[in-house]
Amino acid sequence: MPEALRKIVVENSDAISKKWLEEVSKKRGNDYTSSISEELYQSTNREFVNVIFNSIHSQKSKEALDNFSDRLINLGWPLSYIVDGLQTFRRVTMEFILGQSDQINTESFLKISKVVDGWVEPIIKQLVNEYSGSWEHTVSLQRLALQELSAPLIPVMDKITVMPLIGTVDTERAKFIMENLLEGVMKHNAEVVLIDITGVPVVDTMVAHHIIQAAEAVRLIGATCILVGIRPEIAQTIVNLGIDLSKFPTKSSLRKGFKTALQLTNRDIVQLDDTNKQDIEDILDSLR
Amino acid sequence: MEHQSKVKIKKEWDIVGARQMGRERAKAIGFGTVDQARIATAISELARNIFLYAHKGEITFNVMEGMNKKGLQIIASDEGPGISDISKVMEDGYSTSGGLGAGLPGVKRLMDQFDIVSEKDKGTVITTLKWVR
Repeated sequence: MPEALRKIVVENSDAISKKWLEEVSKKRGNDYTSSISEELYQSTNREFVNVIFNSIHSQKSKEALDNFSDRLINLGWPLSYIVDGLQTFRRVTMEFILGQSDQINTESFLKISKVVDGWVEPIIKQLVNEYSGSWEHTVSLQRLALQELSAPLIPVMDKITVMPLIGTVDTERAKFIMENLLEGVMKHNAEVVLIDITGVPVVDTMVAHHIIQAAEAVRLIGATCILVGIRPEIAQTIVNLGIDLSKFPTKSSLRKGFKTALQLTNRDIVQLDDTNKQDIEDILDSLR
Repeated sequence: MEHQSKVKIKKEWDIVGARQMGRERAKAIGFGTVDQARIATAISELARNIFLYAHKGEITFNVMEGMNKKGLQIIASDEGPGISDISKVMEDGYSTSGGLGAGLPGVKRLMDQFDIVSEKDKGTVITTLKWVR
């Protein structure tokens, strides 16, 4: 029976695909594909129906299916296009086969339905897997990229390092910040660490708690932590929340914090003035 | 603009989503940057409490229009374990999770109105409101 049905379907592939194309185009209306050009839509439809028939015909044209799904994923076609298309195909094929035979009882109907499902289900399964696999891959790459950005430590100069934080701090990131901070202090032999929170949108009790803990841990290993980049609105919310940040120095900007860091390490920024240059010129003049 | 919107809290990242929506709403109504930060922080505290203690719940935003003032109402509701002693959690420095214990009393100071109803093993509903000044 499956072979006979396969023969019927393959032989009448033109009629079935024509009906399928009609149905799919009718459905298109105002849905997700409306932004795609008519030409591309029709050619993709034709390719899609060919891929389906190839897969039914040979059962092992996995490669064609792979190529097709890869292209759709790259072009950003929605998964619902594929699922809808295959559901429509199942319906159209069932209708066609049922229309061919004169006597239909429940048993043969069930059999036919089982055979057609056996064709369509593996294709749906494979395409859905490809799609979700590609999403999972993207998400995991993005998570990795985020992790790389999460707690950078910059040794700006001898004894002073800066950790600029940008974006939301969650529990996982807070752990990273603590680890990187302590590791960095040991590695770069830092005496002062500046944590810059200019780019942190909200400082709630959890974020403050993690910063206080990190600063305390830095103090324990013998360095000083300065919190910089506290914007006026953040300062107000911290006061409203009643968070005590008095255990370590805080500054409004990285620039001011850096000056304090220089003071703490007994250094200063000196402007080289022109008098030296003048002196050299005088000497040169006298030599002439 | 819709007058009511909801954000479900199930994952830690949903806190960010709730905060974002609250900030957008606050901006649209006409809150200044300081009040926007206050509202975002309050939402952050409420959503984090849901995530930490009840594991799931939701934050509802209502745009309130008074006689000649506007405001944003934020309702945090969950069906978690509830709070056994409300007066205690409203004290500064009380925490069962090793945090700073400034969350709920902090929210009360950040917002204009604050109301908490909690029943043990039934859940907690916190209603807060801030008027545009």
